Amino acid sequence: MPTAGAARVGVVTFPGSLDDRDAQRAVRHAGGEAVPLCHADPGLHGVGAVLLPGGFSYGDDLRCGAIARFAPVMRSVADAARGGLPVLGICNGFQILCEAHLLPGALMRNTGRRFTCLDQRLRIESNRTAWTSAYDEGQRVVVPLKNGEGCYLADEPTLDELEAQGRVVARYLDVNPNGSARAIAGIANAQGNVVGLMPHPEHATDPLTGPGDDGLGFFVSLLKALV
Amino acid sequence: MVRVIVDVMPKPEILDPQGQAIARALPGLGFSGVRSVRQGKRFEMDLVGELDDDETLREASGIAETLLANPVIENFTVRLER
Repeated sequence: MPTAGAARVGVVTFPGSLDDRDAQRAVRHAGGEAVPLCHADPGLHGVGAVLLPGGFSYGDDLRCGAIARFAPVMRSVADAARGGLPVLGICNGFQILCEAHLLPGALMRNTGRRFTCLDQRLRIESNRTAWTSAYDEGQRVVVPLKNGEGCYLADEPTLDELEAQGRVVARYLDVNPNGSARAIAGIANAQGNVVGLMPHPEHATDPLTGPGDDGLGFFVSLLKALV
Repeated sequence: MVRVIVDVMPKPEILDPQGQAIARALPGLGFSGVRSVRQGKRFEMDLVGELDDDETLREASGIAETLLANPVIENFTVRLER
C-alpha cells in the first residue's frame, strides 16, 4: 500500500492499452502512488513521473503509437518530458515515445514476422537514468517480452551516438527476439529522464505472477529519484 | 474537390520483412521472375476548398509528414488525381 505522501506516478490509459493495471500495480508494489491518467485529459494532476504502458493503443492503426502521439495527454507529457519529468514507455509506450520524437529511431515489425512472447534475459547497460539507478551496470535480469513490432531501428550515426553517450539502457542476451539493431532492448534520451523499453518490467515485480521480481528495480529507481 | 494520392514506402535501407515474405511466396504460386517485393501504403484524400494545385500539394505534404509517414523509416510521394 502507498504510504502517506508517497510519490505520485501517473499511468496513462489509451484506448487499447493493456498493461496499465500491471503498471499501476508495479508502482504500488515499489511503494508509490499510482495515478490513473486518461488519454483525453491534458491534465497531469501533479504527478512526479509518467508511465506509458504496453498494449495496442488505437488498435495500432496507421503505425504503432502514431495516433496516441497526438492524444491530448501526450502534448502535456511531451512538454513535461522536455522539462525533465521522468517518463518510461514500455512496449507500445516505447513506440509512442519514438513517434513523438522524444526518443530517436523507430520500432518496426519483428524481422522474424512473428509475435514473440518469452521470459527474456537482458543486460542493464546503463544505471544513469531515472529508471535504472537501482541496478548495477552489467546486471543480468529476466523480464517478460511480448511484441510483434519490437525491432528497434535507427540510422548508424544515431546508433553510434546512443552507444557513445551511454544511452543504450538494456540489451537482449542469448537471443535477439525481434531483430533489433545492436540487440537494443531500451534507450534513454540525452538527459536520462525519458526511457523506452520493449520488454515488460511491470510483469516481473512479484514471483507469484511473473518469472521473478527483477523488473521491480525500474520502479524502485524512479521512486528513489522522486524522493 | 480534388483527390490527392500519398504513397508511403519503407526507406530503401530499411528491412521490409513483409515484402520479403511475399517475394518468397510467389515462386510457390507459379510466379517466377520476381526478384524483390517492397510493401508500402497508399492513401487517397479528397480535399475540399479553394486551394490551387501547389497549395493542395503543400497541404498534403504537411499531412503526410505529420501523420501518414514516419520520416525515420519511410519516404512518401504526393500527387494529384483527377
